[in-house]
Amino acid sequence: MMNFIRSTIVAATAIAASTAMMMPAASAADISGAGSTFIYPVFAKWAATYKTSTGIGLNYQSIGSGGGIKQVEAKTVTFGATDKPLSDAELSKNGFVQFPMIMGGIVPIYNIEGVKPGELVLDGKTLAEIYMGKITKWNDPAIAKLNPDLKLPSAAIVVVHRSDGSGTTFNFTDYLSKESAEWKDQIGSDTAVEWPVGIGSKGSEGVANTVKQTAGGIGYDEYAYAEQNHLSYARMVNAAGKIVAPSLDTFASAASNADWAGAKNFHVIITNQPGDKSWPIAASTWVLIHKQPDDAQAAATALKFFSWAYKNGGDAAKALDYVAIPDNVVKLIEKSWSNVTASGKPVYAAE
Amino acid sequence: MAVTLDMSAPAGLVSEKQARRSIRADRAFFLLTLGSATLVVVMLLGVMVSLVIGAWPALAKFGFSFIWTERWSPVKEIFGALAPIYGTLVTSAIAMAIGIPISFGIAIFLTEICPQGLRRPIGIAIELLAGIPSIIYGLWGFFILAPFLQTSVQPFLINTLGNVPVIGVLFGGAPYGIGLLTAGIVLAIMVLPFITSITRDVFLTVPVLLRESAYGMGMTTWEVVRNIVIPYSRVGLVGGIMLGLGRALGETMAVTFVIGNSHRISASLLSPSTTISAAIANEFTEATGQLYTSSLVALGLILFVITFAVLAAAKWLLIRTELK
Repeated sequence: MMNFIRSTIVAATAIAASTAMMMPAASAADISGAGSTFIYPVFAKWAATYKTSTGIGLNYQSIGSGGGIKQVEAKTVTFGATDKPLSDAELSKNGFVQFPMIMGGIVPIYNIEGVKPGELVLDGKTLAEIYMGKITKWNDPAIAKLNPDLKLPSAAIVVVHRSDGSGTTFNFTDYLSKESAEWKDQIGSDTAVEWPVGIGSKGSEGVANTVKQTAGGIGYDEYAYAEQNHLSYARMVNAAGKIVAPSLDTFASAASNADWAGAKNFHVIITNQPGDKSWPIAASTWVLIHKQPDDAQAAATALKFFSWAYKNGGDAAKALDYVAIPDNVVKLIEKSWSNVTASGKPVYAAE
Repeated sequence: MAVTLDMSAPAGLVSEKQARRSIRADRAFFLLTLGSATLVVVMLLGVMVSLVIGAWPALAKFGFSFIWTERWSPVKEIFGALAPIYGTLVTSAIAMAIGIPISFGIAIFLTEICPQGLRRPIGIAIELLAGIPSIIYGLWGFFILAPFLQTSVQPFLINTLGNVPVIGVLFGGAPYGIGLLTAGIVLAIMVLPFITSITRDVFLTVPVLLRESAYGMGMTTWEVVRNIVIPYSRVGLVGGIMLGLGRALGETMAVTFVIGNSHRISASLLSPSTTISAAIANEFTEATGQLYTSSLVALGLILFVITFAVLAAAKWLLIRTELK
C-alpha cells in the first residue's frame, strides 16, 4: 500500500532527475548520486577537481541518507550515500554493495557562562545522563568531578538535539548506547530517536544557533561544521580513559583502530573505538551501489571516481576537516568491488 | 453574446446556423465550468484517498490509540499523534487569542476612525505583511523574537504569572525562548493580515445609509461598531477568522523554527513542543521503514480531518446564527 506513495515520490524525483539531466551543465556521462548531507562538501570539492582533470562531472543531490537510499533503490541514481550503514539483510534484499567513503567526527558543543571553548571535559556516561535529563545543572557532581579546575555555574542545562532525521544523530546516539546501558535499553540509536528531554532544532546550523543563543545550552554537531563556525566544543574521555580533543588526528586514530577487516559489508560504526588517541564519537559515510547495475558503464564510471578519490582526495578532505579512509581499508574496499558485475564480469577493476 | 447576435441580424431573424453555434458554445461553456468544479471535488477525494492509503499501515497497527498515544519512538517503532495534535491546537489557539482582537482593532480603526489619508498606507502595509514568505517569519522568530522572549519576557512571566495559582502551571519551567508560546506569537503575526484584510473588506460592505443613520441618532463609534457593523458583517467575520485559523493549523516552516520540535506534552506554554506539520517536515526525508513513513502520513490525515472539522463547525455555527 505504501507503494503508491513511494512510487509518487520516486516519480517526482525521477522527473527532477531527468530535468537535471537536461540541463546543459550535466552531460550524459556524469555520475549521479544522492544521499548524506554529511559527505556533501567533500563530494563537491572532489567533483570539481575530478571534472577539470577528466571532464566527467558528478551530480550529487544532498537530500539526506534516507532519501539517498530510496533513490538508489529506485535506480534513479547510480549510487547512494548514507551515514547509517545498512544491515546485511537490507543489503542482500536490494542487491547492494556497501563501503565507507569518508570519516569525520561529532563533537558536543556548549554555551556555559565563564567556561571557554575546549575547557569542558565530558565522558559518555555523563553525556548520556545529561541527554536523559538526569543531570540538569552544570555544577552537578558528575560534571564537576571531570572538571576539577573549572568553576561551573549552577545554571540549568538546556539539551539541544536535531529535530530532523540525521546520520549525526545516529552516530551520537550509537555512542551513548555503547556508554550507557540505560540509554541503549530505553532510547536506542537511530537517525531520529525518542528524546526524553530538550529542544529539537533543524539541521546542523539550527543546533549550533540554538546552543549559541541559549545560556546553559549543550548540543552536538559535525566537527567540520563546528570548526568552520568556531563553536565551542568539549573534550571527551575516550574508551581508553584518556582525555582527547577533537582533531583530524584523533578521528584518524579511531578509524585505524576499528576492525574493518573483520566486519561484513564494512558494517563498523567507529564510535567508542580503542586507542589512547581515539576520539570517541567518530562517524563515517558509506556508499551504496547495485551489485548488478542496469547500466554497467555508469557503475564503472562511479567506481573509477571513488578509486580516484581514495587515492587523490585525502588532502582536499583534510582541508574540509574530514578524514580519508586508511590505505589498508581502501585495499579491502577495492577488492570488494569485484562483486559489482555485469554479465558475470566485474564492471571495474581497480589498478 | 446574445446581444451581439441581435445587433448583427435583423430582429427575430437569427439564422439557424448562428443559433446552433451559440447553443454549441453554451454547451461547451457549461461542460468547461462543470469540469472545473468536478476537478476540485475529485482532487479533494484523491488527496483524502491517497492519505488514507498511505496512513493505512500505521492505522492498522495502532488503531485509534494512535490518536491518544503520546510516545513517538522511531527506534522502537511506537508512534502516537497526541503530542503533535496538542501542539497544533494550542499554538493555533494562542495565535487566534492574540490575532483576532488585534485584527478587529486594525479593521475598525481603518474603516471607522482612521483619517482618509492614512487608510491606504496602513492598508498596503498590512497586505505586504501577508506577502512575507513563512521562512522569513521563521528566521525572524528564531533569531530575534526567541532570544528577546528568553531574556526579557519569559523570566518576567515565570516570576509573576508563574506564581499565580491554577494558571501558574501554564508559565512554569525554564525560559527556553522557543516553545508553544513563541510559535503562537509568530503565528498570530502571520494570520493578522488575512483576518484584517477580510474583516476590513466586510466592514466596508455595511451600507453607508445604515451607518450614517446610526451616527445620526447619536451613537458613539463603539456603539456603531458593536450594534451595526459587526452584526451586519457577521458571516464575513467568521469567514476571515476561519481563513486565519486554517493558515495557523497548517503553517509549517515558521513553526518548525520556533516550536522546539519535541514530541512531549507539558502543561507549560513555555515548553518546547511540536505540531503536525512541523513533525512531517522535520522527519519525512529521513524516515526509513514503512511504519515510520506511514505514521507521518497518518499525521497528515489527522491534520486534514482537524481542518475539515474546523470548517464544518464554522459553517454549522453560521447556519445556526442565520436561523435565529
